[in-house]
Amino acid sequence: MADELMVLFSYPFMQRALIVGILVSLCAALLGTSLVLKRYSMIGDGLSHVGYGAFAIAASAGIAPLGFAIPVVIASAFLLLYITRKGKMGGDSAIAILSSSSLAIGMIVVALSGVSIDINSYMFGSILALKEEDVMLSIVCSVIVVLLFILLYHRIFAVTFDESFSSATGIHTNVYNTFISVLTAVVIVVGMRLMGALLISSLMIFPSLTSMRLCRSFRSVTICSAVVSVSCFTAGLIASYFINIPTGAGIVVLNLAVFLLFALAGKILKRDG
Amino acid sequence: MKLIECKDLCMKYEGITAFEGLTFSVDEGDFLCIVGENGSGKSTLIKGLLGLKKHSGGTIEFSGVKPKEIGYLPQQTAAQKDFPATVWEVVLSGCLNRNSYFPFYTKENKERAKTEIGRMKIEGIANKSYRDLSGGQQQRVLLARALCATEKLLLLDEPVSGLDPIVTSEMYEVIHELNHSGVTVIMVTHDIHNAVHYGNRILNMSRNDYFFGTSDDYIKTDSFKAMSRGCFHKEGGCFSHGR
Ligand SMILES: Nc1ncnc2c1ncn2[C@@H]1O[C@H](COP(=O)(O)OP(=O)(O)O)[C@@H](O)[C@H]1O
Ligand SMILES: [Mg+2]
Repeated sequence: MADELMVLFSYPFMQRALIVGILVSLCAALLGTSLVLKRYSMIGDGLSHVGYGAFAIAASAGIAPLGFAIPVVIASAFLLLYITRKGKMGGDSAIAILSSSSLAIGMIVVALSGVSIDINSYMFGSILALKEEDVMLSIVCSVIVVLLFILLYHRIFAVTFDESFSSATGIHTNVYNTFISVLTAVVIVVGMRLMGALLISSLMIFPSLTSMRLCRSFRSVTICSAVVSVSCFTAGLIASYFINIPTGAGIVVLNLAVFLLFALAGKILKRDG
Repeated sequence: MKLIECKDLCMKYEGITAFEGLTFSVDEGDFLCIVGENGSGKSTLIKGLLGLKKHSGGTIEFSGVKPKEIGYLPQQTAAQKDFPATVWEVVLSGCLNRNSYFPFYTKENKERAKTEIGRMKIEGIANKSYRDLSGGQQQRVLLARALCATEKLLLLDEPVSGLDPIVTSEMYEVIHELNHSGVTVIMVTHDIHNAVHYGNRILNMSRNDYFFGTSDDYIKTDSFKAMSRGCFHKEGGCFSHGR
């Protein structure tokens, strides 16, 4: 088994997948806790569909996919925040409109351009899709996300727990909300190549939901979801290679299994005391 | 000494007036209770005082207290009820306004949080999860957090709603003690009997019976007599109010 793993990770594409995947899983878990607790779980889903549309347009027009998709998705994150803050439309309705429209526009552009694009790989991800530049970009992005998260951890907690108290005591809550959505946008675009548009958003919220079954402090939820996220990714990547299933789907199913396990353990612990 | 003075204050939501013509002041050491039916603008006024929402007419003046130095206890949101955070984490977060841009908690912050936890008598549950606490315990935790942010002025928005009568009167005693130790308190409540019992000033924001003055004067008004329906005793308090 150890030998086989050595062979497996001697392939450059597996090394890339491992590095990018671990970094993206880590960032997704850190941001996910805040998204889940603020009841923004769906924002990741919406943004990943925008990401799909942006990738499709970039591929048809022959421009750099990440260089185009990242600004577009960040702009959509701002738009969503703006709409929600103005209170003109519920956040979930805004997300629904945005995600189905960008999906539709993406598909039409692909059809019209006549360029043949592997839609499947965007929807469900592909470990072969990762290029050298993806690795560099994801390393840069993840280091930024993790550093900022550590520096702003206490303020993120305060804003997540109680937005009105935080702004009353002088914390600029809008800055933190914007910050979380922008980082979410970046993590989603980077992670999409690997996990796919459909799966990346669930990978953001799954580990946090899992940790909340058992953990009782914000800190332990944060640490636990980071660990769950990275381990599920690594195990899923290896398993998908050996039993030959789609990587993204394998990781999600693994996350589901861990979630059920934690939920069961939570129930038992609660009953016992 | 006057801490807050509001003159002819008016607040609106997109052109629709929540309240207008509000004139009142808060002195150091006051216990002001804000009463009035649902929708009369009590929470809106609190948001105006905190600077969370701009007022559209009149003036609010603070002296001797900066808007950042107000401890606030918001009406609870549904999302908080199952939030995974320990009491310690929640209380400590009240200290953040003292650190300006320093990203972590200082030793003084932690000392302070310990002191306030002791003051609210919640040492025994400091490591428990917020979501596992009873409603009364949760309010004590939020009070301790508010006290971390200030020692001057507390704004409490319906701190006793949803609590049972015994816990309610405990909360009033806790707030009363804080007020006694020099903290100025502004509190929104539906509980008019405890309001006149513990508060020294009453602001009634109902459109029909607007009132601002001492609680002794408020007891003499017709609107108070109508509301108390003869079950009021200044000493005993009375829990059989409508809401
Ligand atoms: N976010 C809001 N947008 C528009 N109108 C609001 C909003 N919040 C409150 N209002 C309106 O302002 C008035 C005062 O509300 P509020 O201050 O919450 O009253 P209270 O706290 O006394 O029950 C009500 O008529 C309410 O409908
Ligand atoms: Mg209210």
